[in-house]
Amino acid sequence: MKRPGAGPLASPWPRVVALLVLVLGVLVPRLALAIDIQEVVTPGGIVVWLVEEHTVPIIAVDVVFRGGAALDPEGQEGLANMVSGLLDEGAGPYDSQTFQTRLDERAIHMGFSAGRDRLGASLATLSDQADEAFRLFGLALREARFDADAVARIRRQILAALARRAEDPNAIAGRAWFKSVYPDHPYGRPTSGSAETVAKLTVGDLRRFVSDRIAKDNMVIAVVGDIDAERLGTLLDRALEGLPDQAQPVAVPKAVAAAGGALTVIRRVLPQSVIIFGHDGLRRDDPDWYASLVLNYILGGGGFSSRLVAEVREKRGLAYSVSTGFSPFTEGGLFIGSAGTRNDRVAETVAVIKAEIARLRDGGVSDRELADAKTYLTGSYPLSFSSSGAIAGQLVGIQFAQLGLNYVSRRNSYIEAVSKQQIARVAQRLLHPERLRWVIVGDPKGLDEGAKAD
Amino acid sequence: MTPSVRGGMRFLRAIVFGFLVLAGLTLAGGRGLAADFRADSFSLKNGLQVVVIVDHRAPVVTQMLWYKVGSADEPPGKSGVAHVLEHLMFKGTVTVPAGEFSRIVARNGGRDNAFTSQDVTAYFQNVAVGRLELVMRLEADRMVNLQLTPAVFAPELQVVTEERRMRTENQPAARLGEQMNAVQYLVHPYRIPPVGWMSELGALQLDDALAVYHRFYAPNNAILVIAGDVTTEQVRGLAETYFGPIPARDMPARTRAAEPPQTAARRVVLRDRAVRQPRWVRTYLAPSSVAGEKQHALALTVLADVLGGGTTSRLYKGLVVEQKIAAAAGAFYDPERLDLTTFGVYAVPVPGPAGGEEKALAAVEAAVEAEIDKMRVEGPGEAELKRAKFNLVAAATYARDSLGGMAQMYGSALAIGETIDDIVDWPARIDAVTAADVKAAAGAVLQARRSVTGEILPPRGQDK
Repeated sequence: MKRPGAGPLASPWPRVVALLVLVLGVLVPRLALAIDIQEVVTPGGIVVWLVEEHTVPIIAVDVVFRGGAALDPEGQEGLANMVSGLLDEGAGPYDSQTFQTRLDERAIHMGFSAGRDRLGASLATLSDQADEAFRLFGLALREARFDADAVARIRRQILAALARRAEDPNAIAGRAWFKSVYPDHPYGRPTSGSAETVAKLTVGDLRRFVSDRIAKDNMVIAVVGDIDAERLGTLLDRALEGLPDQAQPVAVPKAVAAAGGALTVIRRVLPQSVIIFGHDGLRRDDPDWYASLVLNYILGGGGFSSRLVAEVREKRGLAYSVSTGFSPFTEGGLFIGSAGTRNDRVAETVAVIKAEIARLRDGGVSDRELADAKTYLTGSYPLSFSSSGAIAGQLVGIQFAQLGLNYVSRRNSYIEAVSKQQIARVAQRLLHPERLRWVIVGDPKGLDEGAKAD
Repeated sequence: MTPSVRGGMRFLRAIVFGFLVLAGLTLAGGRGLAADFRADSFSLKNGLQVVVIVDHRAPVVTQMLWYKVGSADEPPGKSGVAHVLEHLMFKGTVTVPAGEFSRIVARNGGRDNAFTSQDVTAYFQNVAVGRLELVMRLEADRMVNLQLTPAVFAPELQVVTEERRMRTENQPAARLGEQMNAVQYLVHPYRIPPVGWMSELGALQLDDALAVYHRFYAPNNAILVIAGDVTTEQVRGLAETYFGPIPARDMPARTRAAEPPQTAARRVVLRDRAVRQPRWVRTYLAPSSVAGEKQHALALTVLADVLGGGTTSRLYKGLVVEQKIAAAAGAFYDPERLDLTTFGVYAVPVPGPAGGEEKALAAVEAAVEAEIDKMRVEGPGEAELKRAKFNLVAAATYARDSLGGMAQMYGSALAIGETIDDIVDWPARIDAVTAADVKAAAGAVLQARRSVTGEILPPRGQDK
């Protein structure tokens, strides 16, 4: 395989605004991105974005609840993650095996995940199994049981996953880097916790998370597929009847990344060093967000077309993968990059990356680079809507960030509006080669560690 | 292929993946289509097979070009060369400078990539439908006009060695998978990792890659799959314009050494200081959908689901839920290979005290063997059989939701000699699998003498 996927990018979250309009169609003519988003308010008052698509008899549902692992109390790190592992492990009248069998008999796919700022829930079902799928989905959200045997089993699985992560250099580097950049903020803690904290989590803790977070005023929903607004309203109201109206407020402090450059080397006997670098970034609602997308595409976000790929991979053969990205959180944001190279070329790789970031900050971008970035970022946008699940994911992301129903049709104009002058200013604002914090896992040679090591 | 990992498998997947990636294995997979869908297909005079999957849901299109050449077709001593050639295919033609292929695609709002397996090399682009002509012109161009210099070859070979370090050498599970393959196949080239052995990879020359290019890259050795907002006639016109003028080549048969019957169980133990979580995996030499006792292929697909396809499967229920000795357990089977494939089972023991790892692996091994023995003797029950078949058939419907997935499914099946009928009829044939079929397949394949057992462990006390 030729290159790995793009770096991780989290999405931030919106407040759900209840609208009285029942159905509001939005078409995207400019790119002929023919998705017709309806805003449906169910008879029970739940606001949901729906894209009807009857070609394939399946339905995809994506739900996001505000507040995630960043809310885990001190000493209870891994709580949101453990909840996400247990919601479909027994609910209502069904114990774990009965619940899972009911899903399996109908080929219903249900999943939950915890991020720093959110708890995600997803459902995929054949449309002729939708009644039972929505019912079970509702049970998982409203009446998860947390039976002792299921809790013990999922705890063992998380501990096994943590042990596995402790041998993976990428995971080791990622954990160390977040801790380095957010030493005193909950965003700096690993979302899945540690063996010590996971061992101590109780059923009471799990239940408290559910009652604090899973509520009607705290969620956004998108549904895509073989279902109309009326049937969706009926199924969703039935599924979510009795869900609490209000969640506890989300209280996460503002996050500012540690200032000043740093280098942390974690010695491991490995043939290749894993390198992670970065510093403070920006939030999704920052006025410079779209300029940061263009800037990053040119620097290290654009697959084969970026400067870092050209300099690190193509010209010098230093790494298979090198990439950067701006990751926004609700209360902050980061600039994160990564690369992997053999130990005796780490120093060179670090120097090249630093030099390229400095060159972009000081010299800006060319007209051609700017034009190419815009045609890629605008032209590839429809490719993000290429399956029901992908569309549902895009739509909850748009709701989470409070971008509005017609965002899909406006989004490319924001990219188009980015000017060379803006890029020059934003590069000065957002890129700081001397303030990069580096974490290297492996056995790197020739690095000047003493001067900057933590 | 649509991996049929089902709900509640999130944590397991994270653990399991270490085994599957690079061992070249996939999870028990469903594929096929709802009966109301059939792709169109035609061939050009030069032998290029063209498959068109019409889907008007969105104005986008996926182009995939599959060459029937993979790492198992490499000359001896040249492991990794098919994959290196795949990288070099982005390094310029007579008219498109090095690196420009992907830049042109990106500038036009597209995404592109490629991959190499043991049997195939495939290139793909996802673009707005108006850019189909552009990417078809580019793809046809590099089928014949590749123009490479030593200046681009040297750094790209370094890139590939870094890829090997990242994916294989830095990952104990990937190294175990590589060793297990090399032990499962004594003679057949599936024993060689697609990325190549480091010792041979580093010694490759530009001419080695060009030899593969000139031998295997030709219209009569390729399948073009177009999925998206197009019509068959439109694709036919474009394909004739851009691929039509490329002459066919003499295509010698793919000759691969035949694997002798396996007559003894084999075992591979990997110890590494990095290991924090011991793992156990076993593979059995097995027929594929086109090789060996292929009448068992569909039943093995069902068997993988019943035995280890999710949280209600035999292995998960037995080891994880009831005996509580494993954090994860499951099965996998990839029928889409040109020659004999493998059927696999795995288990990850629950974390325990240091020093107890060997006992923990022995316990999960015994428990997996007990489940297998039971399956060989009794076969599956009616309820679990019905559930497995329903899920596999449903996977065919889910598969229709993804353009890239559909192109992948058609390309990978046709590239090993299956037909469009095989794909279209797949759900009906899965549905016809009986408990007796599954029992017979388990009896034929899940025999100790066909197996390789792999273990990942921390070092023994004295080695630390």
